[in-house]
Amino acid sequence: MSTLQVEKSEIFADPSGKELKRESMMLNMGPSHPAMHGIIRLILELDGERVLRSEVEIGYLHRAFEKMSESMGYLQVFPYTDRLNYSSPLINNAGYAMAVEKLFDIRIPERARYIRVLMCELSRICDHLTCIAASAMELGAFTVFLYMIKARENLWNAVEMITGARLTISYMRVGGVKADLPEDFEKVIRTCFKETRHVLKECHGLLTRNRIFVDRVKGVGVISKEDALAYGITGPFLRSTGVDYDVRKDAPYLGYDEFDFEVPVGTTGDNYDRYLVRMEEMEQSMRIVEQAFQAMPGGALAVNLEGKEIPAAEMVDEAKMGMVEGFQHQFVTLDPTLEGSTKFYFDRIQAGNKSASLPAKENTYGNIEGLMQHFKIIMDGHGYEPPKGEVYQAVEGGNGELGFYLVSDGTGRPYRVRVRPPCFPIMAALPLMLEGGMLADIIATFGSVNMIGGELDR
Amino acid sequence: MPVLEILTKQFPEKIIETHDFRGDETALIQKDALLLIMKFLKTDIRLDFNMLMDLTAVDYLWMGKKPRFEVVYHLYSLALKHRLRIKVPIEQKDALVDSIVSLWPAANWYEREVWDMFGIRFQNHPDLKRILLYEGFDGHPLRKDYPINKRQPLIGPKN
Repeated sequence: MSTLQVEKSEIFADPSGKELKRESMMLNMGPSHPAMHGIIRLILELDGERVLRSEVEIGYLHRAFEKMSESMGYLQVFPYTDRLNYSSPLINNAGYAMAVEKLFDIRIPERARYIRVLMCELSRICDHLTCIAASAMELGAFTVFLYMIKARENLWNAVEMITGARLTISYMRVGGVKADLPEDFEKVIRTCFKETRHVLKECHGLLTRNRIFVDRVKGVGVISKEDALAYGITGPFLRSTGVDYDVRKDAPYLGYDEFDFEVPVGTTGDNYDRYLVRMEEMEQSMRIVEQAFQAMPGGALAVNLEGKEIPAAEMVDEAKMGMVEGFQHQFVTLDPTLEGSTKFYFDRIQAGNKSASLPAKENTYGNIEGLMQHFKIIMDGHGYEPPKGEVYQAVEGGNGELGFYLVSDGTGRPYRVRVRPPCFPIMAALPLMLEGGMLADIIATFGSVNMIGGELDR
Repeated sequence: MPVLEILTKQFPEKIIETHDFRGDETALIQKDALLLIMKFLKTDIRLDFNMLMDLTAVDYLWMGKKPRFEVVYHLYSLALKHRLRIKVPIEQKDALVDSIVSLWPAANWYEREVWDMFGIRFQNHPDLKRILLYEGFDGHPLRKDYPINKRQPLIGPKN
């Protein structure tokens, strides 16, 4: 079967009116295709340019995340969660950390809670920026791509300031976060947001009423509310059909109910609505971050350390030998990469549950108790044992409900780690949106799905 | 009335056990009643579980639990905003359970994944084949007796 045959049958239509045999064409889109971000294969049956049937084949990026998680300690899973949705790694981190905390039944300190909210929303903005930028570029709007990536770059620099990495951040910990925010972080973020808002305004101007863009996306890739629910679709995708389901509102975690934000919804569930929903969500995320800065408890707790006696537990080993002179003025020097996780900040950002959270870095390096606590948590087979049981924790990821289902057998390793990837059900429903449409529309629809190979294939 | 109470009242002899660990309501049900109970959960207006959020399985080989497998369903009600976990214990010898694709199309890919990873088959599934791994892969990797270090050469189409 070839393209030529199909074309021939249409060109040489039989003048006697006798129906000619029409043949459909099979076409492979992907796995290696510039518009199939990540790697995915669409098997299409085409009649000319119209898609008759389609099948989605996934699994090209399968890295055995769930199997590997079962073979290591609870803490060691964090770096792997970074790589699930690599556009918004902080949300994955938070989701996993919260699932483990639910298992341990730990309450994290207020400041850590606000920092998590803040970081999750930064990540969400990055995620939506990437999604819109990439899908706009595929439709020919290269300027939008460059503008948005520029805005994302600023945000990633800010993320790097705190976590030490742009993408593989591993920032959350069980019981809190790795490090506190730098002093001038609010100023940095305000500058970033000013830039981001400017970029969003420009992109609105470039896209929202752009005839070329609107013609490509409006009324294309439509999915009904009923179908979306039946397929278990969540996130911006579901909201574009008019359902206002958002985990942050419907099952508030990390105290999202204290924040004032709106959940934008669409009406028709087409690509254009999904674009608008994402654009609005970024603004809402920025509002949340700004409120988080306002409400975040300040550095009042830090006073503890200044001028006060060092607790006995910390000076015990040197004091035993009578070396107490000038002890109070001794400081342990730390590597610059550990900045923010020193004792000065630690009480504010960690739950302080000795069986679950790591000690402050000076304690690890400076005294035997800290070292032991660190050892007990890090080394396999020591400490860090949650009770037997199973939990499911859902958070609102960039693409929808990101769920972690953990089963614990009471040992230091998770017995089962299951991720509910938000773009998995969307990909399952993709044929619904493609069939009956044109070949070229696949690019627009697929772009609006924001498929992330890392979380889809795990 | 709480979800679990309604459920146990409706199917007293089909529910094996219920528990509520950390606020996650869970019911273990018998395999033969799966479709019946799922249909009830979906259609009863007091429960109204219209979304299948997740479907997966757990292999309890190392924990020594009998039967070996459990298929786990996470349901969510959009209108009533509550969740429920349903678990179905399955014997290794008879690793076959009814497919719920007819109730929630979302189950289609999830069930394929469970087949792929655990080797549990689903009766009346429209297209039960591997999803993340390739056809010709030997074994089901998320089973506990599948060694984590085992390597299989990635095969192309056989000539």
